[in-house]
Amino acid sequence: MLRQIHSLAGLISALLVMLIGLTGAVLSINPALERLAISVPAGVSVAELAGRVVRHYPGAEQIQRTASGTIIVYYSAGDVSGVDRVDPSSGMAIAPYAPPAYARWFKELHRSLFLDTPGSAAVGITALLMLLVSSSGLFLLLKRVGGWRQLARPLHGNRSQRWHAAVARFAVAGLLLSAVTGSYMSAATFSFISDGSQDEPDIPATTSGGTPLPAARLPALLATSLADLRELSFPLAGDSSAVYTLRIRQGDAYVDQSSGALLAFRAHSNVRESFELIYQLHTGEGLWWLGLILGLSALGAPWLAVTGIAVWWQRQRAKPRIANNSAPASADCVILVGSENNSTWGFARALHDALRQAGQRVHTAPMNQFSSRHNAARQLFILTATYGDGDAPACATHFLTNVAGIAPNQAASYAVLGFGDRQFPTFCQFAQEVDAAMAARGWRRSLELALIDRQSPQEFARWGSQVGALLGHELVLDYAPAHPHTHALQLRERIAYGEEEHDPTVVLRFIAAPLPASAGWLKSRLARHRLPRFEAGDLAGVMAPGSSMPRFYSLASGSGDGVLEICVRKQPGGVCSSYLYHLLPGDRIEAFIQPNPQFRPALGKAPVILIGAGTGIGPLAGFIRNNTGQHPMYLYWGGRHPDSDFLYEPELRNYLADRRLTQLHTAFSRVTNGVHVQTRLMEDADNMRRLIADDGQVLVCGSRAMAASVRQAMDQILAPLKLDVAALREKGRYREDVF
Amino acid sequence: MKNITACACLAGALALPGFVQARPVTLTAQLKNYAGNGAYLAVYVTDAAGKYKKTLWVAGKKTKYYKHLSDWARGSGLNAGEFDGISGASVGSGKTLKVTVELADTLIDAGYEIRVDSAAEDGRDNPADVRTPLSKQGAGKPVGGRGYVKSFIYDM
Ligand SMILES: Cc1cc2nc3c(=O)[nH]c(=O)nc-3n(C[C@H](O)[C@H](O)[C@H](O)COP(=O)(O)OP(=O)(O)OC[C@H]3O[C@@H](n4cnc5c(N)ncnc54)[C@H](O)[C@@H]3O)c2cc1C
Ligand SMILES: Cc1cc2nc3c(=O)[nH]c(=O)nc-3n(C[C@H](O)[C@H](O)[C@H](O)COP(=O)(O)O)c2cc1C
Repeated sequence: MLRQIHSLAGLISALLVMLIGLTGAVLSINPALERLAISVPAGVSVAELAGRVVRHYPGAEQIQRTASGTIIVYYSAGDVSGVDRVDPSSGMAIAPYAPPAYARWFKELHRSLFLDTPGSAAVGITALLMLLVSSSGLFLLLKRVGGWRQLARPLHGNRSQRWHAAVARFAVAGLLLSAVTGSYMSAATFSFISDGSQDEPDIPATTSGGTPLPAARLPALLATSLADLRELSFPLAGDSSAVYTLRIRQGDAYVDQSSGALLAFRAHSNVRESFELIYQLHTGEGLWWLGLILGLSALGAPWLAVTGIAVWWQRQRAKPRIANNSAPASADCVILVGSENNSTWGFARALHDALRQAGQRVHTAPMNQFSSRHNAARQLFILTATYGDGDAPACATHFLTNVAGIAPNQAASYAVLGFGDRQFPTFCQFAQEVDAAMAARGWRRSLELALIDRQSPQEFARWGSQVGALLGHELVLDYAPAHPHTHALQLRERIAYGEEEHDPTVVLRFIAAPLPASAGWLKSRLARHRLPRFEAGDLAGVMAPGSSMPRFYSLASGSGDGVLEICVRKQPGGVCSSYLYHLLPGDRIEAFIQPNPQFRPALGKAPVILIGAGTGIGPLAGFIRNNTGQHPMYLYWGGRHPDSDFLYEPELRNYLADRRLTQLHTAFSRVTNGVHVQTRLMEDADNMRRLIADDGQVLVCGSRAMAASVRQAMDQILAPLKLDVAALREKGRYREDVF
Repeated sequence: MKNITACACLAGALALPGFVQARPVTLTAQLKNYAGNGAYLAVYVTDAAGKYKKTLWVAGKKTKYYKHLSDWARGSGLNAGEFDGISGASVGSGKTLKVTVELADTLIDAGYEIRVDSAAEDGRDNPADVRTPLSKQGAGKPVGGRGYVKSFIYDM
């Protein structure tokens, strides 16, 4: 619901919010610019200032002090009239005063789109929508990261989602302030609320009518400090009944031009004072630093609009569309889906279609709709993502309460498939809770809970073969979420290790594939035969010929290195790894880049601890190669035998020599008294604790089993520091890329 | 009910000229080309000493800005009764205000003046932007202003 409100209000207001954000940002610079141009003398009275001004401007009509402190004089001299900025300490002209034309133009655009009252109304409505969007956005952001305390932690999601959340995190406070104050000012413009400006002093019925005194000697002006002045209007020369109008911070009054008495002073009401405060908070006038902060936040608005629309569009495209959905009562299989960003629906659809192909009647529905109507089915599949801090996604929020009220069908069994991301401390927690709740309620489990990391099509396919075994017929779940278009690469170099072993490893270096000679002149001009952009630690998605399901390989190089380098272990019977292993220099492949910004060494001088085994060394070697700043880096790596698979050995020795690598600890398992990498960590526990106490960051890459052992070892090592992996992970100081 | 109101109005319209001799006067104010938003104008009648008598027209809808038409504001006391029904939109830079108002005959050729106060946002306040004697002879003769008003003329 919150998300619908956020998207709808955001979409409606996007264009205007962009415009108002940009114009607001331009206007926000003004107070700072004005502030640069002035110096305000202390301890000067209004009378002194008026005296100085009148000496230079006998025809002075009005003296104004702007919010930023500039003193402006309106005057007439004979037939000409003018406006000057004057020096408050001498009363002398500095320059003619004209607010910059661009500022006026932007102000008008910002306030009314040059459309008068209808324009002001549109702007007012936009301000209200912006209030709605930024407050709902703040709640969504908090839900997304899992609460206030987690607000600063690294963001997840695809590129648009991350940008949207990152800019929102930085701009939301300023945008909220602008929206609240803007709505208020708009309401005041349309007199829905009072701005207190009608509280004028009563007009004096009589004046003393004597000979006017010079302004510099009027007691009421002598008693008023320049610091409080807003505006002083002079009486028209020759009109003895006229008075001075004096407006100061505290209120408005008239001043008798001969006695100098303060007539009919009227203090500003609270309403007026709050209006002025809100006006200042909105414009930054007199608060130039706030103005700049608001301006920067306002610049975020177009960004948020664009990325917001992208996120919305992606979600629309991934929207659940289930063809041939059987009625719940007549279905053999029921698929329940818990999804926040809709990608899980794609997997559900693939399962739905495959089951139908296998002759089943299938009903698919959001988890929140689960009720006793679904009890007739023999098989219940629950596919759910986890969101925020281990929470339910939007369409599964009531599931756990619903389950408690539904009597289990003894003839039916269920299987839960969790979708999540191992970068989160609470990986697939909601799926685990669902699995446990079903079991606790007495449902029969047909398959162990299975968990899918980062929408891996491979893990999904593997789960599919289990489902097939369960139903007694083959089930092919060949589903890959839409991926970016691929780039043609050509193998330049291959370095093989352990060729005589059962599962050898190869380092592959690709360059951008040159265009075939047959490509026309125009095409060869237009086509990019450069490498796409990537960094070490990102992933390359490779599709083996005849397979639409990509496999991912961690990149050991950045595009700046001029090659795309991966390190592949040939799996027994593996489709893609065999294909890659048998490539020869000159062969071409198709690949796409999947950014993995979570998996990077943090900026700064804190030590980086790199832990890996086997091909997990790839990205780690890439990080070390790029460590030309010689920040402390410690590598712990496990292999099988130094003679067969010491990957990157010569390079690592060079890095040690030129200090890109601080220390190298290897662990080989297939030598006498062989050990694994976690054993090395334990042996070096003191060093490890010292590095962590120094704000060190841990990056782990390699197989799932290795990562689990390393987590265990690290928890033991960290215990004396009252720390654990979960705590480090929360701060982005423990990151994994495991497969 | 409807009929009764209509009758009352008709009777009033017929009766009015009998009580006060009044005539239509057309006021035309041409504004200068200044940089800024629409100007507020107050056109009013004063005696020779500048004492406020009667409001003829106010251009500008938001009463909260009327205080900037300072001489007029002081004279009229900003009593709504003084300007009810004789106000219209503000006048943009370079634009012309042209309105016809009723003016009592007793005010003509009796030593009174027409004055115009003007003000615009972020600009100066111009009390007595225009001053011109109110007489049959003065009618039709344009006078210049010292603020936002370029020229002012009244015809009767
Ligand atoms: C984030 C990430 C990073 C990775 N980085 C690397 C890397 O840097 N280097 C690297 O070498 N790998 C990496 N991998 C693993 C890689 O993506 C592949 O999973 C691996 O190469 C195996 O793919 P394959 O096509 O050769 O095997 P597949 O054909 O997919 O088979 C995988 C395994 O399952 C078995 N298998 C296949 N089909 C079935 C079935 N129906 N039922 C039961 N078992 C079956 C196969 O025998 C094989 O052992 C990474 C994976 C991820 C997710
Ligand atoms: C903001 C955000 C928060 C997430 N929080 C978790 C989490 O706490 N635990 C987890 O295992 N996965 C988490 N994930 C990963 C998602 O569960 C995973 O990407 C899933 O495939 C998304 O499916 P959906 O598109 O159907 O919502 C999160 C993803 C995002 C974008």
